[in-house]
Amino acid sequence: MIIPLEHLLVFGAFLFAAGIYGALTRRNILGILLSIELILNAVNVNLVAFSRSTSLSPETGQIFALFVMALAAAAAVVGLAIVLALFRIRKTVWTDEINLLKW
Amino acid sequence: METLAFLFQWGLYALLAVTAVAAVGVVTLANIFHAALCLVAVLIGVAAVYAALSAGFLAAVQILIYVGAIMTLVIFAIMLTERIATPASGTANRLVFPAALGSLVLFIVLSRLIFSTAWPLRPGGNAPLTAEDLGRALMGPYALPFEVISVVLVAALVGALVIARKDRP
Amino acid sequence: MILLPCLIPLLPLAAFAVNLFFGKRLRARAAWVSVATSSISCLIAFYCIATVVRTGTMKAQWVWIMLENTPLRFGYLIDPLACVLLFVVTVVGTLIQVYSAGYMHDDPRFTRFFAYVSLFMSAMLTLVIASNYVLFFMAWEVMGLCSYFLIGFWFEKPSAADAGRKAFLVTRVGDVGFLAGLMTLFAVTRNLDFESLGASAQAGGPLLAVAALLIFCGTIGKSAQFPLHVWLPDAMEGPTPVSALIHAATMVAAGVYLVARSFPLFEIFPDVLTVVAITGTLTAFMAAFIALTATDIKKVLAYSTISQLGFMVAALGLKGYGAGTFHLMTHAFFKALLFLGAGSVIHGTGTQDLREMGGLFGKMRHTALTFLAGSLAIAGVPPLSGFWSKDEILAAAYQSGHGIIYYVLLLTAFMTAFYMFRLVFMAFFGKPRSPGIHAHESPAVMTVPLWILAAGAVLIGLPGSPLMGNWLGRFLAGPHTHGEHALNLVVMFSSILAGLGGILLAWLFYVRAPQLPGIVARRASLLYRMSLNKLWFDEIYHVLIVRPFCFLADLLYGFDQKAIDGIVNETGLATVRTSRLKAWIDTYLVDGTVNLVGALVQLSSALVRRIQTGFVQHYLLMILAGILVLIFLEFRP
Repeated sequence: MIIPLEHLLVFGAFLFAAGIYGALTRRNILGILLSIELILNAVNVNLVAFSRSTSLSPETGQIFALFVMALAAAAAVVGLAIVLALFRIRKTVWTDEINLLKW
Repeated sequence: METLAFLFQWGLYALLAVTAVAAVGVVTLANIFHAALCLVAVLIGVAAVYAALSAGFLAAVQILIYVGAIMTLVIFAIMLTERIATPASGTANRLVFPAALGSLVLFIVLSRLIFSTAWPLRPGGNAPLTAEDLGRALMGPYALPFEVISVVLVAALVGALVIARKDRP
Repeated sequence: MILLPCLIPLLPLAAFAVNLFFGKRLRARAAWVSVATSSISCLIAFYCIATVVRTGTMKAQWVWIMLENTPLRFGYLIDPLACVLLFVVTVVGTLIQVYSAGYMHDDPRFTRFFAYVSLFMSAMLTLVIASNYVLFFMAWEVMGLCSYFLIGFWFEKPSAADAGRKAFLVTRVGDVGFLAGLMTLFAVTRNLDFESLGASAQAGGPLLAVAALLIFCGTIGKSAQFPLHVWLPDAMEGPTPVSALIHAATMVAAGVYLVARSFPLFEIFPDVLTVVAITGTLTAFMAAFIALTATDIKKVLAYSTISQLGFMVAALGLKGYGAGTFHLMTHAFFKALLFLGAGSVIHGTGTQDLREMGGLFGKMRHTALTFLAGSLAIAGVPPLSGFWSKDEILAAAYQSGHGIIYYVLLLTAFMTAFYMFRLVFMAFFGKPRSPGIHAHESPAVMTVPLWILAAGAVLIGLPGSPLMGNWLGRFLAGPHTHGEHALNLVVMFSSILAGLGGILLAWLFYVRAPQLPGIVARRASLLYRMSLNKLWFDEIYHVLIVRPFCFLADLLYGFDQKAIDGIVNETGLATVRTSRLKAWIDTYLVDGTVNLVGALVQLSSALVRRIQTGFVQHYLLMILAGILVLIFLEFRP
């Protein structure tokens, strides 16, 4: 290993925290989508780092990362479809104007 | 050799730093298009990290899928909703402070956990995996998740179609 | 055959029931139902009397209730005394009922009248043949009830209703004493039969004397003796046949009969007899005194009755057992005659006031002649019946040793003759005083009984007179050996003188010199006013008894209104107030608590609801917070 595992993991944690921050803060829905992609990538980084350096089976990590990627794609597709539908009805992408998820 | 390793190491650190900065840009930039471009940078950076970790196949897939497909889609969407892209009141909502606090705390906690855990390391690291290894794994032990993921993708496809289509009168 | 005497009172009782229930359908025939039963009872009575004359006392008894080993019996005892009364009651009663059929002819409650009269006859006959005090007292009470009904028969007139009530209440006072006396007697002797009274009373003792006095109280009430005589004059409000039957012939005589029946008890206590004699004498004199100035024809006769009853009671008090009973018999006939005659006069003239009458002799021959006969009898003119009986009483008084009683009774006899002939002269002789009176004679149904009674008034004295050997006296005497006395010429002459003197004085005052009554009234104005105002008995009683009683009644009524009704009302108000309080509690406290709980829930939910903002990013923040908490919990403690 070139770099200690911990450093990669910290990097992943950083990306994750940034993504969380973005998901909470962004007013544009697409901004939230971008932050979610960030989070998923952070997870992938962790998985690959683990697959490279730990004594457990290496395929697991990378296969897992592959699947995460596929799921991220699916999530992005569905999310974009939702954004399009929402935009068509509400004519807006600003989250503070969309508060329908309640009783 | 030593210098190569050293260079490699510091190159990697530099890559990590840049990617990190780009990530901050994703979540902070007002212009959503700029944010999307920063995400592209992040994604490419992460692909480079995969490559540095000898996960070549994954790096390729990353570029192909994420940057090629997903980001294209996202940029599409951004363009479609371009008209109202820049609001007067800024891109961040009122949750900035709690969100920052929470993220910071999360990061600190995770860091401490990372550094305090005894990871079961294999000395010298694992052998790099080839596409063939991955293919065998997908067809072997991970066949079921492989099939399942195809179902998921179909479902996502159909779902997206249903959600996004225009309602018939 | 042993039950035959029981029919005597039971037949009129049946007539009462029939007239009461079928009166509406019978109408005029109701009278004949009563008369028929009364006549049959009369015949049975004659048969019983004949039996007793021949063979001695008839009696029978049955046990009714056992009172702690002492049996209470009922039955009949027809001894010579009862025979005399049976004769009087049935004959006079029947004749009066015949008369009433005519007198009450137009009355709307005709049948009810005869029902009451039959009930009365039944009760009186029960009393006469009763064998012990218990049955006697029960019949006594029923008679009092009938008297109330009959006096107040025309109850639409307030004075009549009041008179009925007065009679009942005053005699009640006497009855209370009577009952107390009976209870005392029973307590001492544990025997209430008449036959064995003499034997059981031999024990003597002060308690028994008290019992005798208390029993005499009954007589004071029922026979209108002083001081309970006040009801009898008022009782004249009833129809005249009622006055004749009840207040002349029969009911008032029941008191005398009581003393006669109780004689074995009374004669043991000379002091009690003295009380009886004094009471009788006082009554006789006082009543005659008041009769001197009475102007209502019936009131004169009423006071006359009281006076004659006084004579009878006095006689019994003077141990003149036979004399008193004899006078009772003769008095029944001539007093009934006088009352029915007065009824005829009222029927014919339409007035009761003597000052409006006059010269009726020509217009109402039958009435006048029979009335004259009755007046002569009561004045004590021989050989009419009244003379013989009154003479016996005076003889008993003369021989008793109480001289003052003799002289008072003699004076009373003189007064009796005076006021009776005053009545006769004012009503039947002279010129009519009031122009509006068109007198006419009464129908035969009324005059025939008058003649029969007149015959009785004239002749009935003979059985008791020396002319027939004092048959009645000996018949009655039986177990009582005293009552026998020789012919006393002094007494006889003085009584004849008293009678004739009274008639003469009346002729003087009301025929010869009509101005004399006015002069005497002015001269002796105090005495005149005392007589006119009936010695103010009613007024005194009103002030001493009636007013305090009414005051007490009003007091209690007021108490009832304020206190008792007040309590009830207060309870009601308290309930209302309590319920208002509870309503308040219910509204503010109970409902308030419930509302409070609801309000709390609403408040808290309003607060908690704000978590659900609808903004996904807020939800995400909450998830982050939750994760951090979990991490802290898991890895830090």
